[in-house]
Amino acid sequence: MEVFFYLFAVLATVGAVSVLLIRSPVYCALALVGTFFCLAAIYVLLSSEFVAAVQLLVYAGAIMVLFLFVIMLLNLKSDQPFALKFSIPKIIGLAVTVGILAQLIGVLNSPAAKVGPSGEYTIERVSAEGATEVVGRLLFTEYVLPFEIISILLLVAVIGAVVLAKRYVASGEEESG
Amino acid sequence: MMEFLLIPWVQAVLKIVVFVLMFVMMLGTVLTLMERKWMSAVQDRIGPNRANLGNFRGHGLLHLAADGLKSIFKEDTIPEGADRLLFTIAPFFAFVSVIVIWAVIPFAGPIGDFKFQIADINTGLLFIFAITSLGVYGAVLGGWSSNSKYALLGAARATSQMLSYEVFLGLSLIGIFMVYGSLQVGTIVEQQNTYWFGDLIPKWGIFTQPVAFVIFFTAMLAETKRLPFDAPEGESEIIAGYFLEYSGMRYAAFMLAEYIAIVGLAALTTTLFLGGYHVPWLHADGFHFLGGHLPLSPWLVAVLQLGSFVTKVIFFCWLTIMIRWTVPRFRFDQIMDLGWKRMLPICLGNIVVTAIVLLIYDWSTAAG
Repeated sequence: MEVFFYLFAVLATVGAVSVLLIRSPVYCALALVGTFFCLAAIYVLLSSEFVAAVQLLVYAGAIMVLFLFVIMLLNLKSDQPFALKFSIPKIIGLAVTVGILAQLIGVLNSPAAKVGPSGEYTIERVSAEGATEVVGRLLFTEYVLPFEIISILLLVAVIGAVVLAKRYVASGEEESG
Repeated sequence: MMEFLLIPWVQAVLKIVVFVLMFVMMLGTVLTLMERKWMSAVQDRIGPNRANLGNFRGHGLLHLAADGLKSIFKEDTIPEGADRLLFTIAPFFAFVSVIVIWAVIPFAGPIGDFKFQIADINTGLLFIFAITSLGVYGAVLGGWSSNSKYALLGAARATSQMLSYEVFLGLSLIGIFMVYGSLQVGTIVEQQNTYWFGDLIPKWGIFTQPVAFVIFFTAMLAETKRLPFDAPEGESEIIAGYFLEYSGMRYAAFMLAEYIAIVGLAALTTTLFLGGYHVPWLHADGFHFLGGHLPLSPWLVAVLQLGSFVTKVIFFCWLTIMIRWTVPRFRFDQIMDLGWKRMLPICLGNIVVTAIVLLIYDWSTAAG
């Protein structure tokens, strides 16, 4: 199993780095799809099939297809060659990135991270009850409030998108088509 | 000597070879001929019967070999200005997604520890959705990389249609999840062999979720881009859509992927709504009907179940093809209207009604 972990981890990293380095937008999007795919494979290795399936379904199957769709329709050509020019947004971005990286290294090296998995939802319990059942039950009992808040947030986003995309019709006129 | 057959991965490889290569690929290939034969029957013609070896014509069966040989020896052209890499690999994207879903389809009931299914994973149906949602990449990449306006239009139509109908595909099955209480394909099929009124009417999906059945089948037709939903390939408007520029074996791969998708559609509909491999009233130890019992050996039961699965799958393949030659093509705006304005409300209503009925049923069984 460890062989598979290293295989997919390396592939995911290669995919993520290629998203940054490749010039052609379509290949960038495809590299990102590959990264998502490898992440899903790693979730499977962590015996979390539900998260893996949802990862593929939502990210690789829906969001990235829309990305590709937009890239296709706008007919984006390859990016300009990367020029190493510093501007204030880039410096801020670099600072934030380095900050997050330092934080991550700190957390992963802390003693708490070395304890390993803990808590009542052990791998044995999740595989006995079924990953989907466990996630579903928790979502509708313990985490029902955050779940509903996120639903409302998404609903607001959907309505906002419809309002922004809708063509305004002059009053008194029937909308055609 | 036969002990190596008990090793799990040897079994898995054997199952893949037998189920996918020998059943799915064969049925997909034969369907390309059957479509032309059945179409001819609808149109009162004889259909393809000219390919021959001497005097042997086999009712057109040799056309399969003729088509295959022609595809192999035809020049594999790549249009000018095309993206060579993506153009070359796009057919495989289309192919992989229609093959991989067979990993979770059960072909017959288990005998002892041996399952007639490659993998019965806990999130089976979500897995199927995840894989079918990847099928759109074949169309998108094929259309975009061809550097042709018609192909790009076809790809754009395919993308919006497949993304939209995936939504109704998922929503229509929520009722099935609720009734059978599982995402695992094996469990859903097992649950469909329980009965109402003693042992009279099987609890097949088509009886417990009739609305979901209609919506699922329609959405699957749209998902596989079959008529009346084949606007992405509409010959009269955009010639052939996203695979317009393909020739030779790559074109054949796209076509074969489409026919295998039909077999997949048929198998999924069978598994979720028609009791999968189950023969009505046939249990693991034989027939049970109205108190009577006819014992059968496990192997005979498995053979009957395999036969029942294959028959149902072929029935749905036939139905899909008959729909193609009966219903005219929808306009693209009609496809979108049908989906978002009609099917979406019906799906959501079906979920609410199913939930209420299940709740009342639970209360009544708890009270009584």
